[in-house]
Amino acid sequence: MNDKLIIAGKSYSSRLLVGTGKYKDFTETRAALDASGTEIVTVAIRRTNLGQNPNEPSLLDAVPPSQFTYLPNTAGCYTADDAVRTLRLARELLDGHSLVKLEVLGDSQSLYPNVIETIAAAKTLVADGFQVMVYTSDDPIIAKQLEDIGCVAIMPLASLIGSGMGILNPWNLQLIMDRVQVPVIVDAGVGTASDAAIAMELGCHGVLMNTAIAGAQNPVLMASAMKKGVQAGREAFLAGRMPKKLYSASPSSPTAGIISSVRS
Amino acid sequence: MITVSINGESRQFNQALSVAEFIEELGYTGKRIALERNGEIVPRSQFAQQMIVDGDKLELVVAVGGG
Repeated sequence: MNDKLIIAGKSYSSRLLVGTGKYKDFTETRAALDASGTEIVTVAIRRTNLGQNPNEPSLLDAVPPSQFTYLPNTAGCYTADDAVRTLRLARELLDGHSLVKLEVLGDSQSLYPNVIETIAAAKTLVADGFQVMVYTSDDPIIAKQLEDIGCVAIMPLASLIGSGMGILNPWNLQLIMDRVQVPVIVDAGVGTASDAAIAMELGCHGVLMNTAIAGAQNPVLMASAMKKGVQAGREAFLAGRMPKKLYSASPSSPTAGIISSVRS
Repeated sequence: MITVSINGESRQFNQALSVAEFIEELGYTGKRIALERNGEIVPRSQFAQQMIVDGDKLELVVAVGGG
């Protein structure tokens, strides 16, 4: 089936985007990414640890940018200025790579996005030539504004980052998809494979997750489950589910020729 | 003797040095890093030419695992 996810003109076979944080080690990171079938991975930009040996294995050795599309993020940024600064450093670090994940947080307890700072950062980044995939609330009006600014994907939360609470407001996700033309990717909140499937059945174009895989008892097996959940949800969406018939049963087997002692 | 701030830590060098020499001193030559000097990114192409001077504030960053 030729069903590609297209972001900023580039097509991807996998609709599952995976974060690279919180794994036990780089071997587990790589094994989980391979099991997930992902092509796009998020990375964070951080100060080097000057006390550390620069020749220790790094994420870039385990997950080479030649094999995965890197999506540098702005996790931990609380202002538009910090987010823009972080992504400019990321672009330099990754040889001019311009596809980025913008997230500007509102507070450290909820990690809820600050949409005012997010919009300000998105404007600056788009003007500076970045292709911005943007983490945001599930507010359909804000989502549309972010698309109008020029963001290449809208990535609403389904529930709080790292909470694993699943798809709490499918109605808002639907409202967003009704309004925007660019891909809508659920970012944050997925806890298990059925959550990913629900997001995809709704018509979301992809799902981005980190903790749901890294925080599982067996991250590699969960990565495999997520791959299947996303695929199953996508196929169910494309297939078009049967209409719900409330309080109305309909037998699956023929009603004629039933062997019965009860005469009608 | 010059004193610079690197990632918030104070470091001293005997003499002025280029960005390239500074990165070599820290052991990051050839590694995927990005450097900010006094709030401005120093492109890799300018590492050899730009000089680190007394009082510079430097940020050296790498890509790490994240969601």
